[in-house]
Amino acid sequence: MSEAGSTRRFRVFRFKRGDMDWHFDTFEVPVGPSSTVLDALRWIQRKLDRSLMIRHSCLHASCGTCGMQIDGREALACVTAVADLGGTVTVEPLANIPVLSDLVVDMEEFYARFPDEIGSTRASEGPAGAEVPEGIDAYERFEDCIECGLCLSACPVSATSDEYVGPAALAAAQRLLEEPRGVDPAGVLDWAAAPNGAWRCHAAFECTEACPSDVNPAARIMQLRSVLVRGGAKDGAA
Amino acid sequence: MMTQSAPRPPRDAPHVLIIGGGGTGGALAHDLTLRGVRVTLLERGEFTSGTTGRHHGLLHSGARYAVADKESAVECIEENQLLRRICPGSFEENDGLFVAITDEDMATYDDFVRGCTECEIPFTELTPAEAVRLEPMLNPEVKAAVRVPDGTMDAMRMPLRFLATAKHHGATLMNYVETVDLLVEGGDVKGAVVHDRVSGADGEVRADLVVNATGPWSEQVAEMAGAHVPIQPSPGVLVAVRGRMSNMVLNRMHRSGDGDIIVPQRALSVIGTSSWTVEDPDDLDVPEEHVRRMYEEGAKLIPAIANAPLRAAWSAARPLIGSDEAAGSGRELSRTFKTIDHANAGIGNFVTITGGKATTLRGMAETCADVVCGKLGVNEPCRTREFVTLPHTAFYAEPERRLA
Repeated sequence: MSEAGSTRRFRVFRFKRGDMDWHFDTFEVPVGPSSTVLDALRWIQRKLDRSLMIRHSCLHASCGTCGMQIDGREALACVTAVADLGGTVTVEPLANIPVLSDLVVDMEEFYARFPDEIGSTRASEGPAGAEVPEGIDAYERFEDCIECGLCLSACPVSATSDEYVGPAALAAAQRLLEEPRGVDPAGVLDWAAAPNGAWRCHAAFECTEACPSDVNPAARIMQLRSVLVRGGAKDGAA
Repeated sequence: MMTQSAPRPPRDAPHVLIIGGGGTGGALAHDLTLRGVRVTLLERGEFTSGTTGRHHGLLHSGARYAVADKESAVECIEENQLLRRICPGSFEENDGLFVAITDEDMATYDDFVRGCTECEIPFTELTPAEAVRLEPMLNPEVKAAVRVPDGTMDAMRMPLRFLATAKHHGATLMNYVETVDLLVEGGDVKGAVVHDRVSGADGEVRADLVVNATGPWSEQVAEMAGAHVPIQPSPGVLVAVRGRMSNMVLNRMHRSGDGDIIVPQRALSVIGTSSWTVEDPDDLDVPEEHVRRMYEEGAKLIPAIANAPLRAAWSAARPLIGSDEAAGSGRELSRTFKTIDHANAGIGNFVTITGGKATTLRGMAETCADVVCGKLGVNEPCRTREFVTLPHTAFYAEPERRLA
């Protein structure tokens, strides 16, 4: 962390198993011009309160573990610059997923919403004009979705219902229909057509706004509906 | 290939406590569980939050070490081929290019090709025109390129599969539980004193043997038992820019240096890395000068890097094996791993596994588990070479849901 920086106030959501209620703790944190919210939280954990629970892994928006609400908006703490935020910074765990402790949510609940199989790799669109070398059928790359849960937290329908599977799972289903990769599309369609599937979305597009990885879940849910209306995977599975 | 099920270790089986929930600890938990050992694993933060999750996401072919460190290169190509079989879907099938840009780079070409041949790393030599047809954004000054079986890995989700598989075979995995001290009685390590960040409670975990798998933190943990580990935490800066500018992993063909590799990850390009040494792996800064150097050096491979928007810049500490004398920049230290039985220094029931890299996590675990099982009198062979690990999503599922 830069020495030349200033001090910022962080209001941090706190909850431990067995607590009757949650509360906020306030910390003063030295920050530099390029400090991220995650830098600040890790500093609090190391220097002020080692009981603070935060999730992180890759530190560059590829793993999706450090999703939280920062000043009321869903964001990955590792790529949110403190300098871009005003005054006191308030950090809370993601909404619509049960809190395990402090800023950490129980991702078991998040993954339980997905169809049984989800894709991990997809066809790579590659740089324009790139040839594929001998020995490789077609380039693959990882799916855009980093399973961070920001879309579920931002979804106004999920805020009113635990039953709705939510945007990440539906976007994953639509990806399976686009590139089935050995998965039976019929099962995915049945799953998506269920009462708590694609039809519960209110098209608020908050998920797309929140997504840090350009998945555009709202548009994918609309595409999924389009496939369901046509009564099959015929068009969507092309 | 075997089916993805194994009997859970019986209640009276020997109990091993692993400290550290990175790739090494995860692969070791998987290996020991398959040999019928009861395993408890403690991680102070989220799994893979130390060094494991933060690296480039490079599945090494070994070519990067084929000239200067043949031992590492041979380990890498063997494990590269194994991991593709046991972790299907955790790698982008994209290969890598070693690219000579300058005359100085070209001067290493023959050594590079000879090194790959000697280490049995498959390679294809490409002309500059062929290289640019495959990677149109590559520096047009390219003089030669060699294609090797590098790949992009998911730095968190690949190791998570080992943890997931261990969990479904009965291992007890606890994150957010910090080891604050080791229990040493009569010269033997008997377990750990722990602080649980979920509940705020303090307690003890006892075991027949304790393995220290804490990477760059392994010296700090070993000291809790009065033991010594010759580890040098060696951080490097990595920079992720927006835009996927290649399909393959791009490496400069020269002696390892700063900013000489670009790993494409989803819609990002990750440039790495620099290298220095520190005492405390928790205290890592991201020097602005290193970030600038990543941009400058990265742009020599792909000129468009120079104007690509920054997504993130961060530091990760490698656990390099060295000695206190061999500090310096850290790049000359060996990258191979080491299993240390501290009984040789008079401390019983305590083993450290450290060094290595994500690509060799399974092999590191096999070597360490051989030592651990030898000490515990467990006569079971390693079974991880053919065992297809569960998908990372299984990590977040209750065991009953996944294994019938």
